[in-house]
Amino acid sequence: MYIIVVGGGRIGYYLIKALLEEEHEVLLIEKDPYVCRIINEEMGSICFRGDGCEAATLQEVGTGRADMLVAVTGDDEDNLVACQVAKYKFNVPRTIARIRNPQNEALFKKLGVDVTVSATQIILESIEQEVPTHPLIHLLNIRDKGLVMVDVKIPVESTSVGKAIRELNLPEESKLALIIPKEQNPHLPAASTVLQSGDHVIAITPPELEEALRSALRGAK
Amino acid sequence: MKVVIMGCSRVGAQLAALLDVEGNEITILDNEPYSFRRLPPNFHGTAMVGNGLHEETLRKAGIEKADAFVAVTQGDNRNVMSCQIAKHIFNVPRVLCRVYDPLRQELYETLELETISPTTIFAQLLKEKLES
Repeated sequence: MYIIVVGGGRIGYYLIKALLEEEHEVLLIEKDPYVCRIINEEMGSICFRGDGCEAATLQEVGTGRADMLVAVTGDDEDNLVACQVAKYKFNVPRTIARIRNPQNEALFKKLGVDVTVSATQIILESIEQEVPTHPLIHLLNIRDKGLVMVDVKIPVESTSVGKAIRELNLPEESKLALIIPKEQNPHLPAASTVLQSGDHVIAITPPELEEALRSALRGAK
Repeated sequence: MKVVIMGCSRVGAQLAALLDVEGNEITILDNEPYSFRRLPPNFHGTAMVGNGLHEETLRKAGIEKADAFVAVTQGDNRNVMSCQIAKHIFNVPRVLCRVYDPLRQELYETLELETISPTTIFAQLLKEKLES
């Protein structure tokens, strides 16, 4: 694949290093001539000095045939514009933006960025998983479909303990995918499956129904 | 008319002053409080320190009730991003964006953002002056 990376900071540096090892065709766009020179001395001529938000620069590096553009500068607005120029001017099929402000995720998606990556969000999710009492853990974003995969733990005081799944007031668009009991093997849920205390329920749901799903599985807060 | 202006640059401050004199309700935003020195002493509007790329700041500036939003910071990308927030998140009826880079301006014009490139306009103006 031909992958263009915008921003030669630490993230960009380690990213191109890893992509080169996987034998992708990689080009880095970096404004700072000093950074560019150092990277070119180390990895061969793969760094182009320029502004990755400028259509002229992107034209010059052949963005029209790129399979992907990844914008990892330290500024959300620069990453947004680099991705939008790539997407709307050069029809790059996939654009990925690093974001600093996790709130920008929805905005960027609306404005045509395919994937956003937020270190803040990733760390927050790791913290959630470390907190054993956390009622609902995010496992995966299925971005194309607007769905999330979550893990809901059934504590002993839940109103759903001892009830069959058909008796629960689950939101229609939330689907239970797997039950992982405390001691037995995981099994697929059926309408007649009875929930036990300590079960982990893996479910797929639109993010806006997370709260309804949580309260159907665990009872009101 | 209620107008939110992002960037108390020379242009931003002057626009704020002009609209203020005509009795419009102006809120002007800037990251740097020192920029507000450019506002005239009799300015009636609100000068707010804050980053217009944050939805929360824009909300505090009253963008939900604004009739127009204008972005005139020194950064094209900042202007373009905040204008897209104003247009697509807050549905502000009129959004104007300064974009120095003519190529970027062209692109965002096709993405239905109302943009003005001072570079293009000023170069044209100078050329006409020289030829007259």
